[in-house]
Amino acid sequence: MKLHEYQAKGVFADAGVPVPDSQLASTVDEAVAAADEIGYPVAIKAQVQVGGRGKAGGIELVEDADEAREAAEKIIGMDLKGLHVDRVLVEAAVDFVNELYVGVTMDRNEGEPVAMVSTRGGVNIEEVAAEDPEAITREHVDPVFGMQSYEARKAVYEAGVDREVAGDVASILRTLFQLWDDKDATEIEVNPLMITSDDEVVAADAVMNIDEDALFRQPDLAKMEEEAAEDDLEAKANEYGFDYVRLSGNTGIIGNGAGLVMTTLDLVDHYGGAPANFLDIGGGAKAERVTNALDMVFSDENVDSVVFNIFGGITRGDEVAKGINEALEQFDEIPKPVVVRLAGTNAEEGMEILNTDLVTVEKTLEDAVQRAVQYAEEEQQ
Amino acid sequence: MSILVDNDSRVLVQGITGGEGKFHTRQMVEYGTNVVAGAVPGKGGQEVDGIPVYDTVSGAAREEDADTSVVFVPPAFAADALLEALDAPLDLVVAITEGIPQQDMAKVYKKLGETDTTLVGPNCPGVITPGEAKLGILPGNIFSDGEVGLVSRSGTLTYQVVDNLTQRGIGQTTAVGIGGDPIIGTDFVDALEMFENDPETKAVAMCGEIGGEDEEEAARFIGEYMDTPVAGFIAGRTAPPGKRMGHAGAIVSGGGGTGTAQSKIDALNDAGVPVGDTPDEVVDHIEDFL
Repeated sequence: MKLHEYQAKGVFADAGVPVPDSQLASTVDEAVAAADEIGYPVAIKAQVQVGGRGKAGGIELVEDADEAREAAEKIIGMDLKGLHVDRVLVEAAVDFVNELYVGVTMDRNEGEPVAMVSTRGGVNIEEVAAEDPEAITREHVDPVFGMQSYEARKAVYEAGVDREVAGDVASILRTLFQLWDDKDATEIEVNPLMITSDDEVVAADAVMNIDEDALFRQPDLAKMEEEAAEDDLEAKANEYGFDYVRLSGNTGIIGNGAGLVMTTLDLVDHYGGAPANFLDIGGGAKAERVTNALDMVFSDENVDSVVFNIFGGITRGDEVAKGINEALEQFDEIPKPVVVRLAGTNAEEGMEILNTDLVTVEKTLEDAVQRAVQYAEEEQQ
Repeated sequence: MSILVDNDSRVLVQGITGGEGKFHTRQMVEYGTNVVAGAVPGKGGQEVDGIPVYDTVSGAAREEDADTSVVFVPPAFAADALLEALDAPLDLVVAITEGIPQQDMAKVYKKLGETDTTLVGPNCPGVITPGEAKLGILPGNIFSDGEVGLVSRSGTLTYQVVDNLTQRGIGQTTAVGIGGDPIIGTDFVDALEMFENDPETKAVAMCGEIGGEDEEEAARFIGEYMDTPVAGFIAGRTAPPGKRMGHAGAIVSGGGGTGTAQSKIDALNDAGVPVGDTPDEVVDHIEDFL
């Protein structure tokens, strides 16, 4: 789960990481009032989860109320790389002389967290990492001991951070690591960490990804999950407990197991179609879960056909078939054609139960995908 | 021959009294696996289908001479169960549990480095040597014994490829599901090395997916050290960057071009490994090797 900037900054502020004064606004009037209260200049920042918001026109620096109104009118309601902007963060502009990058992430090869510091902040850090990996100092941290003070100092001094602020930056880095540990984060990034002319250090942006598997012990963050969802369908998926990703095509895909669902997506693409979504119903799914999955995919208006691909291990084919029947029998007319492929545990029982007046049955994965792609094409015409 | 598990493995099940644990223990026993004990805190002295249950893993290992554990413990308690198994100690631990927090796994991984135990998983379907023994939740009936090794990050994709192999009359030496999480015990390189050293494994099918750099590392290993031919499949060609596709580890990072399906396919091709566009094409390549 990726937190919005304002959510992450809230977590930072609570932990003592300095952030600029800010207020969240969802209307133009609220934005202008917030800007007046904070005092100009302010930055007005779209709260959507895409990189490169600034370049895409989602961040404006304004000097007075007129400019604030103009910027808020432009940004609230805009479409930013496919996402609808319904809130902005109005934030005191920081007068900086230098920008750093600091972050903590999991080095999966080492199975250890790694802290990173670079004096090349304020730019696309992925590009820096690719072009000049030496420009980012990395310090691995023992996951049992946690980050020691000396480790934070070492990373900051080796990165070449100015002596005047090195102590403060090291202390922020250590706080970020503590947050990484306490909040079950998988990634924390501050880019840029701004240095002012008075040698103050301020987190001007905040990225925080939380391990969804750990939300059971992070009740405060779990509450933020709904707001962090990018759209209604993703919020619905969270509610149903599905792994769901919305994509731009028109063939809906439901399956069990991440690898098999990804493979189904790839085959839709391979046979000339375009996947509308990734939806993994997970292991051992019962009938109700299957009904919910179909409900989800049907509620995406881009979907023109649906392919159901189940290879049962824990999941039982008869349960899945029951769920498909129950879901489809609710309709007088089934909204979109559904293709089903069942294999593995109790697949034969499932095939017998399946109401073939409601769905098209195919025996192999390849046939099922090709049929669904064909249906989607026909719906388009 | 086989890798990791065979008739002689003496298996204990952590979480044997839970729903999943009980169900799959029965399936394992039915398959022929030698399950000698269970371990569940507070349930010592009970029996499940005649299998004695102990309060501690070390107790089960000592009393029943268990050398292998299969872990069905729920995510919140799984890391503790894994640390207990590593401490026992055991030769092999197979962690089926899905959804163990990364922070917990980092601590387990640290401890793993200090032991001689082999950990498979977590979030994996398990390990099976067809006709001998299975550890985990793999559906035994789709496997057949033969000459092909299989290693995969995904459970259901394993079933798909095995089904395609078996349908064409190609049996398997051992199939290993290594799991789709960012931090796992046994990785591709470990499993490939075991297959390379197994004289009965004549070819290996390797199923990878987006995220991480395990497949790229496997490609380097295959190019440098393997004589046994390998065919591959990579799931997630259509995955957009930054989105988690089900598996906690299946996420393409924002930039740099690593962790994508294409970077993995290219690395494998460069190492002489053909990569199928569909699961069935992987079997075409395997057929060519035999």
